[in-house]
Amino acid sequence: MLHRITAVSLSLIAFAITPIAPAELVVTITKGGQRGQPIAIVPFGWSGAEAVPLDVAQVVEADLQRSGKFEPVGRDAMVSRPTRGSQVDYNDWRMLGAEVVVVGEIAPRGPGTYELRFEALDVFGARQIVGQVIPSTTAQLRAAAHHISDLIYEAITGVRGAFSTQIAYVSFERLDSGERYRLWIADADGENAQIITEAKEPILSPAWSPEGHRLAYASYENHQAVLYVQELATGARQSVSTRSGVNSAPAWAPDGQKLAVALSEADGNVEIYVINVGTRELKRVTNNPAIDTEPAWSRDGRSIYFTSDRSGGPQIYVADAYGGGTPQRLTFEGSYNARPRLSPDERQLALVHGEGATYRIGVLDLKSRSLQIVTNGRLDESPSFAPNGSMIIYATLDHGNGVLAAVAVDGSVQQRLTSSGGAVREPAWSPFPPQR
Amino acid sequence: MSYAKVITIAVLIVLLAACGRNAAKPDESATEAVPTDTDSTRGAAGTSSPSGTALTEEERARQLLAQLTIYFDYDSSEIRSDFNDMLRAHARQLAQNPNMRVRLEGHADERGSREYNIALGERRAQAVRQVLQLQGASSTQLSTVSYGEERPVELGHDDTSWAKNRRVELVYAN
Repeated sequence: MLHRITAVSLSLIAFAITPIAPAELVVTITKGGQRGQPIAIVPFGWSGAEAVPLDVAQVVEADLQRSGKFEPVGRDAMVSRPTRGSQVDYNDWRMLGAEVVVVGEIAPRGPGTYELRFEALDVFGARQIVGQVIPSTTAQLRAAAHHISDLIYEAITGVRGAFSTQIAYVSFERLDSGERYRLWIADADGENAQIITEAKEPILSPAWSPEGHRLAYASYENHQAVLYVQELATGARQSVSTRSGVNSAPAWAPDGQKLAVALSEADGNVEIYVINVGTRELKRVTNNPAIDTEPAWSRDGRSIYFTSDRSGGPQIYVADAYGGGTPQRLTFEGSYNARPRLSPDERQLALVHGEGATYRIGVLDLKSRSLQIVTNGRLDESPSFAPNGSMIIYATLDHGNGVLAAVAVDGSVQQRLTSSGGAVREPAWSPFPPQR
Repeated sequence: MSYAKVITIAVLIVLLAACGRNAAKPDESATEAVPTDTDSTRGAAGTSSPSGTALTEEERARQLLAQLTIYFDYDSSEIRSDFNDMLRAHARQLAQNPNMRVRLEGHADERGSREYNIALGERRAQAVRQVLQLQGASSTQLSTVSYGEERPVELGHDDTSWAKNRRVELVYAN
């Protein structure tokens, strides 16, 4: 069964509080969880005179459903619509099989300012699981709704929610005027898509800085690859590498000061270097006649995982970030393993695994070294972990068209993210936002 | 032995072998060498027997210089022998015209990961660069750029399209 979640409320458009993006991402759940926890999210009470500025409960419901860990109860089935915990008759919800009920209110506090109040209640224990009062402006309402989703998700699963995060991605269109490459960021639910930069030559490899304020990416200008770092708040960008040949695959060090990159500077062979973004000081990490690329840092900044074809075909290795020593090979299954991304708990690597004619996303357990294939496309690539490790977003083809997809790490839930603005690819999941 | 030396020697061996075979037999075909994905057709171009009147050396050179794309096998940067004549003609042209510049644009097919494909495209461009330099072009005349899988000529997701996308293009700057 296909659930479609297009969480734009009419009131939002009527208030014109967000510009309508030309190419929103539409998130579709293509495979649900085995059996999500039944949860009833009651429409929030609204005491204002005008139309409700945002259906907060709907945003929360869509978030929790997308995670695959919850199965929302339909609004039609609700026999009562309480807005406070004290009004809840638990029998109404036991009858519906709901294990959790969420109630809340939006109260106007002044022009364009509100107070959101919500409670998540355990139906069988008849007690509050989590609740909070959140001040908000009109523009912050969606973010407040995602924050509520985060709190509910964490209180019930014990894992921090990733609903307040963003996705960076690249779109490609062939227009009459030529090829158009765009770098976007959108909310994790596909809303608020905005263009970060666009060009007539390729843009690739977006990488979030650890604090989430900057993106590094590769772009081509006058037939030359350039690595940029761009401030998201101001749009200001600086080029950090314009060497001849390859300038590619930027990955931020955990300190936010350095980038691991793949350059072909010295002799035309692609090697991994670390570049200090402030001083431009360059240090070589790998030194091998084979291709070494696609670096990814360990959390302590001491190790760099990367792809190398030193054994003949691409495989994953780990090297000392300060150079020296012999990199250790980590993948042995199959002839094509590339583009490692470390899970937030550092127990797993997501990678591209090629076998025969198919390229799929694999998850390598670093301890047992067992590899599990978690996607089923033909040409899947560019895996990126959600910051809470729950899901992996990646690029795939849908009827020959580039789309994004996300899969739970255990393969249980799958989503598809499509755009009206051409083929989309190279998703990069943002880090967590600063704690509210 | 360094990797560059290995390549250099390999290239020389291939070139010497090709010289012996092709020297007296100009290839008639005006079309570009067809990209192949199999070993069976490798090296076939240039050995077909002429069925019409033989071309003059000048006509032959013009045909070779009109070819601007070198195709590669999957995950390989090895230059197939069917491109030897064409590369030799370009190298000679560059040697005779020291002010001429050419950009070698390396490409990969869409399979696998994008950044690895960038590296692969660069390796292909470097392989072409080596051959051109060995045959007389100067390093200052040559530059490389890799677009990886970002700029396919064919948008299909099949072997035929991929074979045409695994390439190095010679782009002369005026």
